[in-house]
Order: sequence, then C-alpha cells, then structure tokens
Amino acid sequence: MSFNRRDFLKTAAITSAAIASPSVIRQAFAADPIKVGALYSQTGGLSIVEKLLASAVQMAVSEINAAGGVLGRKVEVIVEDGASDPKTFNEKASKLVIQDRVATVFGCHTSASRKAVLPIFERRNAMLVYQTHYEGFECSRNVVYSGAVPNQQLGKYIPWIAKTLGKKKFFIVGSDYVYPREMAKVSKKLIEAAGAQWTGDEYLELGHSEWASMVKKIKDSGADVVLSNVVGDSIIAFYREFKNQGLSQATIPICATVTSEIEIAAMGPEYAAGSYTSFPYFMSIDTPANKKFIDDFRKFTKDPKAVTYHSLEAAYFQVFLWKQAIEKSGQVTADGIRDGIRGQTYDAPGGKVKIDADNLHCWLTPRVGQWQPDGQSKVVDAWPEPIKPLAYSAYGETESDLFCTAKGLETAKLK
Amino acid sequence: MIDTMFIGLSLSSILLLVALGLAITYGAMGVINMAHGEMVMLGAYTAVLSRIWLDANIVMAIPIAFVVTAIVGLVIERVIVRRLYGRLLDTLLATWGVAILIQQAIRLEFGLSFFGIHVEGLGPGLQNVPVPAALQGTFHLAGVEINTYRAFIIVVTAALAAVTWLLLQRTSIGMQVRAIIRNPKMAAACGVDVARVNALTFAFGSGLAGIAGVMMSGFKTVFPDMGTPMVVDGFLVVVVGGVGSLLGSVLSAGLLGEINSVVAALKNDTIARAVIFGVVILIIVVKPKGLFSFRGR
Repeated sequence: MSFNRRDFLKTAAITSAAIASPSVIRQAFAADPIKVGALYSQTGGLSIVEKLLASAVQMAVSEINAAGGVLGRKVEVIVEDGASDPKTFNEKASKLVIQDRVATVFGCHTSASRKAVLPIFERRNAMLVYQTHYEGFECSRNVVYSGAVPNQQLGKYIPWIAKTLGKKKFFIVGSDYVYPREMAKVSKKLIEAAGAQWTGDEYLELGHSEWASMVKKIKDSGADVVLSNVVGDSIIAFYREFKNQGLSQATIPICATVTSEIEIAAMGPEYAAGSYTSFPYFMSIDTPANKKFIDDFRKFTKDPKAVTYHSLEAAYFQVFLWKQAIEKSGQVTADGIRDGIRGQTYDAPGGKVKIDADNLHCWLTPRVGQWQPDGQSKVVDAWPEPIKPLAYSAYGETESDLFCTAKGLETAKLK
Repeated sequence: MIDTMFIGLSLSSILLLVALGLAITYGAMGVINMAHGEMVMLGAYTAVLSRIWLDANIVMAIPIAFVVTAIVGLVIERVIVRRLYGRLLDTLLATWGVAILIQQAIRLEFGLSFFGIHVEGLGPGLQNVPVPAALQGTFHLAGVEINTYRAFIIVVTAALAAVTWLLLQRTSIGMQVRAIIRNPKMAAACGVDVARVNALTFAFGSGLAGIAGVMMSGFKTVFPDMGTPMVVDGFLVVVVGGVGSLLGSVLSAGLLGEINSVVAALKNDTIARAVIFGVVILIIVVKPKGLFSFRGR
C-alpha cells in the first residue's frame, strides 16, 4: 500500500477533526463530567467482596446521573483494580489522584489497603471515601468513613448480650490481625463495665480453617457466649466445627461482628441458626427503601440472588452523601467536599445516616440480627437512633471527651 | 486428654488424606506436583456440582470426584508431565502453572463468564456443600463425645490408605509401581511399560486428591484458592515420612497431627503451627531422606 504525503495530510486532518469534535460538542452542550475513582480489587482473593462494592458505587453513580448529575454535571467513574494487594492499591491510588486528577476516590476494603493509600491522599489533598467497618484508631482529614467503628458495633451489643441474653462469661475469638485485636480491646472494657467476665481471648491465623482445637477450648472454658471477630472463609469452618463438636447456639450462642449474609449462605444456614451478628444494616430490614435497594442492586448486577450487607449499603449511600457535600459547598475539591460533608444526613436503605462534623465518620444505628434457618436475619434489637462514631473508644474516647475533632487528633490524650 | 488425642487423629487423617495422592505422585514418579491442591479443589467443586446437577449428596460425590479428577490427572500427565520426567524443578514450575490455570478456569467459569453466562456453583465466590444430618453433630463412644464428621473422615482415610496399600503390595501393577520407585531405568529394562504405569499412577494420585476435596468440602470452605495451603501440608507429610514410603506418610501424618493437637491444646494454634515447622526442619536436618526411606543402591 502506497502512502504519499497528500494522503497522509488528508488522513491527519480527518483524524484530528475526529478527535477534536467530541470535546467541542461536549463544551457546547454540557460542562465536563466530574471524574471520581472507584478503587477496589477486581482480581485476586478479595475480589469476591470488593467487586460487589464497586458495583454498589457504580449503581449509585448511575442513579445520580439519571437524576441530572451533580451541579448539572455528569459523574464519570474511573474503575481501577487494586488486585487484592496493598502495593497495587497504592500505585493505582497515585494514578487516580496524580494522573487522572480526581478529587474523590471511593474505595479500599481491608485496613491494609486503606493504610497503603492514605499517604497519597494526605500529601496530595484528595478525599478517600471508605465504606467498610474497621477497627478505628484513625483520624485523617482526607478520609470519609461511612462504615461502622467498634463503639457502633460493640457499644450497645455487649451490654445487650449481658443483659437480655443473660450471658456472663465471654470467650473472645478472632483472626490474627489488627481488626479483631482492636475489637477485643474494646470488648474487654465493655464486658467488664457490663459486670461480666471473659474467659478466653484467642486468635487463629488469617484464612486458617482447622478449628478443632479452638472449639474444644471454647467447650472446656465454661464460657456461655462466644464473641467472634473471625473474618473471611475461616468463618464457615468455625461455625461448622462448632456444631459438629456438639455445641448449640441455643446454650452458647456465637455473637459475631463480621459474619454477614454471604458467609451464612456459604456455610449452610442450619449451622448458624440462632447465632447473632451486630451490624448497622441487615438485608432483612423490612422497609420499602431497603426492598427497593435490594431489587435495584439485583437488577444492576444481573444476579437475581445477589445479597446485600452492611459494607455494600455503605458503599452505596456514601456516594449520595458525597453528592450533597459538593452541592452544599459548590466545589469539587477535597476541601469543598470535606467542608460540605460535615453534618450531612441521608436516608439510606437501612435508615438515617449522618457524617459526623468532628471526625468524618458516620452516625449509624446499631442493630442485632439473629440468624434464621432460611439464611436471613431477624433484627431482634435496634437502637432507636444513630449513635456517634468514636474511632478511639478502645483508648478511652467518649462523647464528652473527643480525641479526634475537626482540628485533627489530640495525640496527648492517647497516653 | 482422649479428646485431644481424637482431634490429633482427625488432623492426622486430614493431612494423610491430602498427602496420600502426593506420596504416590511425588514418591513414585519424582514429580513435584504443585497442582495437587487444585485436584483437591476440583474434587470439592465436583461435590458442589454433583449436588446441583445430579442431586447427589456428599457420599455419592466421592466416586464421581475420583473419576473426574483421575481423568483430569491423566490429561495433565499425558500433555505436560510426561515430557518432564527427570527434571524435578521443571515439573514444579510446570505444575504450578497448571495449578494457576485450573484455579482461573473455575473462577472464570471456564471462560463462560466472558459471555455473560453464569454457571451456578462456579465462579470466584464461596460455595456451600450441605452435609447430611446423620454426619453432623456428635455421637457417644465409650463415654467420649465424638465428632461424627471427623470420625467419617478418619474411616474414609483409613479405607483409602488400605486400598492404596493393597494396590501397591498385592497387584501386579502395584509391583511395577514399586519397581519404578526403586529404579525406573532398571524397571524399564525388565519390560515394565514405564510410560503407561506412570500415567495410571498419576491418575490414581489425582483421584485420591479428588476424594480428599469432597471430604474437605463438608467442613471447610469451597472456593478457588482452597487447595493452595493444603499442598504445603501435604508436602510436609511426604518429606517427613520419606519419599516413596506409604507407611512413612501414614506415620508422619500421625506424628504431625498429634503434635499439632497437643501443642494447640496446651498453648494455641499459632504456636502449634510454628512447632510443626520446627519439628519438620529438625527431621529434615537429621534425616534428610525422611523417617522411612529406601536406601538407594
């Protein structure tokens, strides 16, 4: 094929016109879209959970766009893959913040990945919006935390176990990393304050699935309730072993903080029936708003059996809080979002939520669900209203003595 | 104390269940089969799919899984492993690659997910294999409360070990396998069809892994990565027991399982794990060929 100079010029002219025209059209008809990042693992071991979170963010964005966007501008999601690896999360966060110049990234699931990206957001002054319940002990001006912190999962839960269930001897069990260990710290304070005692505080390697010795220890400890901070696929082996060693949820219930609809379905609901979990959101919450959320999510993911759970709901509603923040401040910058989102409220599928003006965490309603033989929960206890998030409750933070305020962390109080 | 010993026995049986297939493929054929864990995983998925498609319970899934994984093993041997005999490190890399391929095949539903087709029971998520009510809970034996499912695993493992032993010691093909373990070249010179026997051995070892997978599916989580940690434990057992020795594998599984259980009861599982690795290192240092190995000529 011959390719002379004239042809080349012609082609170049046509091509450049083609490249240039869409932007001309866009400028003529609407403002540039607001770009946001969605940084979740699309591959690797954590992708099972994180892909769903990414879908929830995208669903919220598509609903916002269908209703006219934010400040009249469409929202455009740039999806990046953290590949279940904190280092990759760090690289992709840099790409989103520096190269794509987004002011907001929705993302991360594990604390390890959040800690890995945090320096980028703080140095470049961008906002990370993070939906997963986590261990607290963080007070960043560049993160909005829409998931629960320990005081919201445990603060009402442990007194309820001691009082309503009448349990006095706790056995605390967890996977061996920072979240269960911090949860155990908060738990012990609350257990002692409730006039009960703990007979064991044991950990099993993350991903470990051999529970024979641990369950026997629980059996021999004389505990009348198990507080479980076990995460991931270990949960399934744990509940199965618990029943297989002849322990009954009726006499020694497992009261969990992480076990959600997903794990219950995978283990077989008969193993968990009668046990409890504390979350601000359950799929079984019986309101029209939640039913619509579940239907919409199933349609959006084209999976008629998709389950919804706490982090998923938070991943969804946090996008609307972000939208309101921009509309309030009128600015699509980290500073604008941070100022705008303080005190912002929203009617989420699970009820009312509010971003705290002090620490950018989320006011959530503590609920206790009891798992039923059909794999769904029955909400057996719910606090009447959302409670204030306290990220440092393990270290003595209370509502009247805040460690983390809009000014930042008061490190002197940590001593 | 009896409880602890029973848990130890149960841990041993699980170790042996996974190691039995490895003891044969690694021991007899000198292939470091990193895809062994994936054979376990395929066995577990066979249990998931035979429940969905055939409405078969976990006991009925055992023979199905044996056949399925044995066929997969045969194909792997014919296509890849056959070309790599005598190149130990190459078999490690090649079978590791195979392991990743199998994992992704399950995760991507054999590529169907690209076309928007979802096969129930496959994909990246956690799968549920129900256990018949008769195998849940406990029963009492001589005043001790015994975990039914774990007792079931012990029985199955003992049966498989006995069958394997009979095959190796009492059949003509078993004799050929033992001849190959001692000296493949000499066996070939004596008229043993080494290629055919190797293919059958590899298929049998893979089939045993498939049965292990069905047993695991009843009390562990079924997901695409499940086999990876198991293959490490399997190699520990085989290396400690002595390559090529079935009795060695049985005894080393018993030893490691009981150590694990006793230390876990006295301290905790994390320390038990560390002690196990310490013991294994010590044994390899003192007896590099394992506890029971054939003296090479």
